[in-house]
Amino acid sequence: MKILVCIKQVPDMESKFKVNAAGNWYEETDLAWRMNEYDEYAVEQAVQLKQQVGEADLTVLCIGSDRVKETMKKALAMGCDRGVHILDTESHLKDPYAIAFLIAGYAKDKGFDLIFTGMQSQDRGSAQVGVLIAEMLGIPSLTTLVEFSYADGAINAKRELEGGIKAKVSCATPALVTCQLGLNTPRYPTLPNIMKAKKKELISTPVADLNPEVSLLEVLQVAPPEKKGGGLILEGDPADLADQLIKILKEKTTALA
Amino acid sequence: MKTLLVAEYRDGKLLGTSSELINFATQMGAESAMFLVGSESVLPNYAGKLYLADIGQAGEFNPSLHKQLLLDVIAKEQPQLVVLPHSSYGWDLAPRIAFALKAAQISEVVEIKDGNMVVPSCNSKLRRQVKATTNITVVTLQGGAFTPVDDPSGTPEVIKVEVTAGGDIQFSGYEAAEAGGVDLSKAEIIVSAGRGIGKPENLAIIENLAKALKGEYGASRPVVDAEWADQSRQVGTTGQTVTPKLYVACGISGAIQHLAGMKKSEFVLAINTDKDAPIGEIADVLAVADLKQLIPILTEKLNAL
Repeated sequence: MKILVCIKQVPDMESKFKVNAAGNWYEETDLAWRMNEYDEYAVEQAVQLKQQVGEADLTVLCIGSDRVKETMKKALAMGCDRGVHILDTESHLKDPYAIAFLIAGYAKDKGFDLIFTGMQSQDRGSAQVGVLIAEMLGIPSLTTLVEFSYADGAINAKRELEGGIKAKVSCATPALVTCQLGLNTPRYPTLPNIMKAKKKELISTPVADLNPEVSLLEVLQVAPPEKKGGGLILEGDPADLADQLIKILKEKTTALA
Repeated sequence: MKTLLVAEYRDGKLLGTSSELINFATQMGAESAMFLVGSESVLPNYAGKLYLADIGQAGEFNPSLHKQLLLDVIAKEQPQLVVLPHSSYGWDLAPRIAFALKAAQISEVVEIKDGNMVVPSCNSKLRRQVKATTNITVVTLQGGAFTPVDDPSGTPEVIKVEVTAGGDIQFSGYEAAEAGGVDLSKAEIIVSAGRGIGKPENLAIIENLAKALKGEYGASRPVVDAEWADQSRQVGTTGQTVTPKLYVACGISGAIQHLAGMKKSEFVLAINTDKDAPIGEIADVLAVADLKQLIPILTEKLNAL
């Protein structure tokens, strides 16, 4: 069985974001980078599937500058067999269509039985790339999964809908699935596996060699949201703050009545 | 400009998002028609053409078939914009349509600015204004961003869409939300824990404050996913929608999915170390502090009242 998992490296979302000089994305310096949280679930599910079927080859793919190789190494340490890095220092300027086109272009003649992606990225959140890859490859896709099982060429899964409801769905492989938070419990790489991962194949290919497509979206402006006045901001010593908050709760709410 | 609005229907019910789609078209100053895989017995309030495919034939969840039916209607109507809710139905279907049309897709639109679409990035800390370079564009709307002041009225002119069987995904029913646990929707005071509590042991700090305020405790999604709190405590799009008199958000940055579940609270107090956290946008009061220091003192003082 051949499995592909597609991951993205994103900044820690707790970071302070500054708009870059070109005004088309955030400034990339002074940020801590990590694996897109949704993709951690995708990698974990792919590794579990590989362990279940025994005979499987699991490739992890990532697009970005050389910096993203750190995140790919984590995926290799979690249990992926090989890494495919599409070296693109301008990937932040590509839209979901252009990103999906690169991945589908790589995957089209490789015969993957299953492709895993996160349901969205934490920084862009378009929720498009996974479905677009599947459409480009002409295979079915199941999105927003919170349960996944595989047997005899068929996927049985549950999609998460609004209000805690789930939809039971199934399809035949080859297929693509997009993973929602909570699908499984992503493992922490162990030290021996981190050491082993250093010896695994990780090949970088310049994006120009892959026949990239142009984006269909143009970014006009990036800015922090306008403050809508908002509420009262209180700062200071915790004991003073506590007194102020109690006063406010007494005056503005019935909570202490 | 002409738009085609894609309404949603689930398990015998028309979902409320159609009024947001209609309001979006109005804000764009555009003509509209609507597409729905649903039932003739439950029609949306809408004064326009409604292309209706019968859900009995087309299936509740059958994206490749729904895509084909929608593409047929798009071919007839020739819209410049195809508009869906950014929901589990919409974000699944939209890219399928966009690829078939080779159209740009703009996900989770929160605002129209100078005729262009504005979308959130990085947990709503940034906003991007984007423009499609294609003749037809697919957009999905963030839930609640286009809620109209007044509900739309009118009866649609129904045009039936013929359904032929097909599809590569099998749908075999719904699983209800887990029963039991706590019904937060009826709580008058809720104190919720977010990722900022840092570790599971700190949930007790939140529970103690909830007790001191005689309320219930809730949690954001990351806390539930980490299994620090039970799923029945989750507030947000995929958890419970709450409307308490007082909502205390502790260490919750304010992801859209969380805000959607609690923004109708009467009074919101946020406690967060980050002054710029998006929760500040809707909080009546934001106390900039480490919850591990502030909340135990606050709880003690409340208990002494």
